[in-house]
Parts: sequence; C-alpha cells; structure tokens
Amino acid sequence: MLDQSKKDKITSDLLGSIRLNYSFMIWMAFLVTSFSICIYAYITQLQNGLAVTGLGDYVSWGIYIANFVFFVATSLIGMLISAVLGLSGAKWAAPLARIAEIIALAFAAVAGLVIVSDMGRPERLIYVFIHARIQSPILWDVTVVTMYVLISALLLYLPLIPDLKICHDKLVKIPNYLRNFYKILSLNWNGSLEQEKIILQSTRILAILIVPVALAIHTVTSWLFASTTRVGWDSTIFGPYFVTGAFVSGCAAVIIAMFFYRNNYKLKDYITEKHFDKMGKLLVLVSLVYLYFNLNEFMVPGYKMKKGDAVHIHDLFAGSHALLFWSVQIFGLVIPILLLLFKKMRKPLPMLVIALFVLFGAWFKRYIIVVPTMEHPFLPIQNVPLNFRIYTPTLTESLITLAPIILVLIIITILSKLFPIIPVQETIDHLEESN
Amino acid sequence: MSEKEESPKKKSRREFLQDVGIVGVGSILAGSAIFAGINYDKKKKLGDRIKVLTAENELLEIDKNDATKVGKFKSQDLTFLQKQGREGIPGKRWVMVIDLSKCRNARKCMNACQGAHHLRPEQHHINVLKMQESKNTPPYYMPKPCQHCDNPPCVAVCPVDATFKRPDGIVLIDNERCIGCRFCIAACPYSARVFNWTEPLLNEDDKDKTYNVELNVPQRKGTVSKCLFSADRLRDGKLPYCVSACPNGVYYFGDENEDAVTNGTTKETVRLKKLLEENAGYRLMPELGTQPRVYYLPAKGKSYPFQDADKPEAEEHI
Repeated sequence: MLDQSKKDKITSDLLGSIRLNYSFMIWMAFLVTSFSICIYAYITQLQNGLAVTGLGDYVSWGIYIANFVFFVATSLIGMLISAVLGLSGAKWAAPLARIAEIIALAFAAVAGLVIVSDMGRPERLIYVFIHARIQSPILWDVTVVTMYVLISALLLYLPLIPDLKICHDKLVKIPNYLRNFYKILSLNWNGSLEQEKIILQSTRILAILIVPVALAIHTVTSWLFASTTRVGWDSTIFGPYFVTGAFVSGCAAVIIAMFFYRNNYKLKDYITEKHFDKMGKLLVLVSLVYLYFNLNEFMVPGYKMKKGDAVHIHDLFAGSHALLFWSVQIFGLVIPILLLLFKKMRKPLPMLVIALFVLFGAWFKRYIIVVPTMEHPFLPIQNVPLNFRIYTPTLTESLITLAPIILVLIIITILSKLFPIIPVQETIDHLEESN
Repeated sequence: MSEKEESPKKKSRREFLQDVGIVGVGSILAGSAIFAGINYDKKKKLGDRIKVLTAENELLEIDKNDATKVGKFKSQDLTFLQKQGREGIPGKRWVMVIDLSKCRNARKCMNACQGAHHLRPEQHHINVLKMQESKNTPPYYMPKPCQHCDNPPCVAVCPVDATFKRPDGIVLIDNERCIGCRFCIAACPYSARVFNWTEPLLNEDDKDKTYNVELNVPQRKGTVSKCLFSADRLRDGKLPYCVSACPNGVYYFGDENEDAVTNGTTKETVRLKKLLEENAGYRLMPELGTQPRVYYLPAKGKSYPFQDADKPEAEEHI
C-alpha cells in the first residue's frame, strides 16, 4: 500500500494548478483581447456579407473550410489516446488521456462554430435541422460531429468524477460556490467498489463507441470533398488519407499541450521525458502512415497525368502552390519523421519545436487540400475579375479564422484551471497496483 | 245577440288594422326595393370596368362596384409563388440546344440575363466562354448556362432542399431557404452557380418586390443564384431571356416531350431529335453522368470568325 504522505503529495502536486495566478490572468487577458478583435472582424462580416473575404464564385471555399477540416482532424486525437491506447492496455498513455480528451472536446465543439463562420446566412442555421436532407454529406457531418462532442465530453467527465470529489475535499481555500460546483459534479462519489465498477464499465463502453464515431467524423469530413467530381478531391482514398492526417496534427497538439502543462503547472514528475519519448515514437508512426497515403494520393494521378489532374498536380509540384506544398511536405512531415528517429530529439524542448512545425504544416496542408482544387474547375474561368481566379485571404478573413483557434486555447486553459490535468485517483491507483 | 252583432264589427276592425299593417310594410319593402333598384342602376351607369389579377395569374375584367376590398396585398403572394415555383409547369420537359457554329460572342444573352435577374457584371448565369480543345483544333465561343442536369450533383449535396429539381426538368434555387454553405458551388462541375458575396445590385429598388423563385429576384445577400431557364418566362409561354436576346440564332429552346424546339432568333420550330441527329449534337462532360438538359451542336462551318484578340484566352485552357 502507498503511504498516506505519498498520496497527499500526489494530490497536492496535481491539484496545484487549480488556482488563479498572475500568469494565468495575463494569459487570459491576452486571449480574451485577441478574441474580441476577431469577434469584431466577424461582426463586419455579418454586416457586409462574405464579400469581406477573398472568396469568389470559383474559389468559394477558402481558409474557413481549411480551418474546419483542421479542427475536426485535431480533435481525433482523443480517440487515439484514450480509446485505442487505453483499450490496448498501453498504460504509459494514461496520464495523457485527459489532455487528449480536453483537446478533442475543445476542437470538436469549436469546429461547429468554424462552419457557421463560413455560412452566407448564419441566422438560418436552424434550417439544417428543420429542413434536413439526409442525402447531403453536411447532414452526416452534423450528426457525427455532435455525437463525437457528446461522447468526448462523457469520456472526459466520467473518469473525472473521483477527482472532482478529491477537489471538493482537498481544495479548502477555494470559494464556496466552486466547492459546491465540484460537489454537484462529483455526483455523490464515495469510492465504493460498486461505483468504481459503474465508471469503469461505462468508460470502457464509451471508449469502444468513440472509435467508429471518430473514424466517421473525419471520413465524412473528407467526403464533403470526395463526394464531388472535382480534380484533386475526386479520390477514393480521401477517407483514410484524412484520418491518418488527423492523427498527425492531433499528436502534435498533444505534445505542445504536454510541454506547456508540464512547465507551467510544475508536472515534471508526472509528465516525464518517457512520455515525450513515447509520444515522439507515436508521432513518427502516424506520420509514416500519413506519408504513405500522401504518396498514393499524389503519385498515382501524377504518373498518369490525366488532363485535369495534370493541371492540378503541376500547380502543386511546380506552379503557384509549389512553395507551400513542398514546405508542408518537407518541414511538416519528412524532416519531423527523420528527426524524431533520434532519441536526442525526443526530449521535451526539441519535440515542442518539431510539434509546432508539424501542427503548422498540418494547417497549411488543409489549405493545400481545399484551395488549389477550387482554382481549377473543369471549364475555364473567364469574364470575371482577377481576384476570382486567384484566391488571397483578406485580413478580416484571417482574423475570423484565428478566432476559433483562440477560443480553443481559452477553453483548454479554463478546463485545465478547473480540473486536474493529470488524473489524480488514477495515478494513485496505478502506483498502488505497481507496488 | 248584441255580442254576436258586435263580433263581426270588431273582427273587421282587426282585419282593417292587419291590412293596413301588411300594406304598410309591403309598400315600404317595395319602395326600398325600387329605390335600391334605381340606385343600383344609377351606380351601374356610373361604374367603370376594372381589371383584376387573380392569385392564379388570370386577368379578369369586372365591374368596379362588384369588387369588395378585402385587404391590401403585395403584387403577388409569396406562398403561392413558392408553391408554383416548386411544382413547375405540368407536362413539360424543357430542353435547350446551343448551336456553337452560330455564336460570335455578341453577349446579348449575357446582358439580357443579367438585366432580368438583377446580377452584377461579374455574376454570370450564362457565360460565353472562349474554348479550344487542343493546339491544332480551332477555338470557338461556347455559351454556358446551367446544364439543368437530370442527375444534378448540386441538388444531391444541398443540406436544406434550397436547390431542387422540378418535374419539368428545371433546377432552381430558393433563396428564402438557402443557408449559403456553397456546397452546391463546390459540387457543380460546370461552374454554373454564383454567390451574392455582397448586397445585390438592385436591392434598394427591389425591396418591396415579392420574391419570385422562378426569377430569383430580389436577389439576396449570402445566398446562391443560378440560371433558371427563365422559368418565369416559360410560365407566360415565352422563350427564355437569353434565347430571345440572341441576334445570331444560337439558341433553340423547347419541350422534349413535344420533340420540338424553337430558335430564339428566327422563331423557326424544328424537331429536337432531328436537329441533334443532323448536327451531331452532344452534351458537356457526359462522362460525369450528370445527364444535362442542354445540348450543343459542334462549331462546324462557323458563321463568324473567332476573333484574334480572344485566342490567347482560349489557348490558356489547353
């Protein structure tokens, strides 16, 4: 058995982050201020219409949609870490499960808002429900993303219940309303065997359920493109291509979050170099799979060079999008894979840098998927202004794209300030088991 | 006895009073009837005949005095227009044939269309493209409206039934319903759809107009717009705006069920099947399986030369 003093140390270490300090205040003030500026940009879009963007009748989907795909992609990591690794008994990932679930929930929930910012008439959002046509992939997307948000929220909440009780018991200095908040959310948890069994079983069922739902959200998102006949989207491997890409950006997001939580919340004993090492290896694995799908996606049409494909591939490989395309592939995929093969690179700081490259690369990869295809329709673009042929995002549009990213940071920060970011009860239980 | 003698006397008085009553009421009724009659006659002489447009779009002529005002309506009722717009014109299967050998890029079709649908200069329901297939094949002008596919990819992807296929073959967009997701624009292989990125051109003038889904006017900010085969004109038994505006005999328009199409310039009506057979008619990108309702006749023996100035743009797409 673990002695009481060790238990108390773990509890106080892990609950240590639940307090308001200056660095949190400054960080939140910064986030809220930038978010307000972005909201102002959105208000100008509401007033003047989507004309404030660089979009036109040909490139009618731009960085909003790229951002949406990025958000759905990144949210998939919740499934990979808490379900796939959890169910396969990879115990090392247990301390990271909550971080992954928070990222999953934040990105998936905000993805819905991203899509609203792209709508010409956002006030008619309700029509999607009252006039729903089930033939449309948008309906499928709405259904599975909603399901994913719900299951992710439950997967975050259920394992949290024992910790909420601990929060209520141990955090004596916090205001009363907050203690009551923990008390209500902990649902009279008393740690009995029966209660533990219920949580264990429901978490297990949810962890199994979330696998097909997570695969569905990104597969369906890929079908928003693959269900059209357009060159560059008309691909049968778009589903797995998107899903494998999703794990790459999700892993990178978790690594970045791990780094900052570890340093700012003083969790060096709990998120150890071993975790970075393992996450580094996981990132290599998923990146290699993604690279393989990239090879298929570009090599096969590139070899045949059918008329439409030829224009598209030429544009990516040597044309106006070549710089971005090769940067994304090399700095966002190939070099990170090579670097992470070395043990020295799988340390926290180098991994932070690599993960940032991978995450930025992942965002621009979505841009590469969405925009060039729209610039090459089947019939020539004629008798329209130049800005209809070449898409350049405007400042307003970029700010509106930034808004959901800031919102995710706000949500992740607040959740990590309300709840212990490393499962307390689980950490204690694991130590007891290993002893 | 005296009682017996008195009773007929009393009776006759009662009778008299009764008679007076009947005559009185009767004459008042008769008088007022005559008075009303005279008045009615007078009014009839003074009254004008007026024209009344019914909800079924029938123009009736009635006496002004027979009309009772029951309320003030806008020129046409939205619910009626929406219903009519979704039902289409019974028994018809509209079809268009574009003779590429006649087109010389006069763009009268584009102007007529943009005028009718209150579009901005860069918004094209119909767009005359400069085309060239390969280096050694000649360039030609190709007017490109919406193809009104029988298997429309745009309709399949619409999440809210804003764009729909009518039994008469026309694909319309209801901008009262459209949420502006632009999935239909992404799905259309013919680039036939445009979006109202900003406040539409004539919205200030159109603000009191009832929305007509068969004309898509007033246009609405944040919604998609597209070629409608001029469904409003077809309802009046007229040819589409572009077809009538063409000075060069490029367009034929008609009903597949009747196997007859009429040339918008010459007004000559010919058999659809015969026209397609004799001129090797084809459809755009048949490999996509969209089943367009627009047929093209190849630019064989062009009536007008392709302008040198347009050649670079045509070559761009090779």
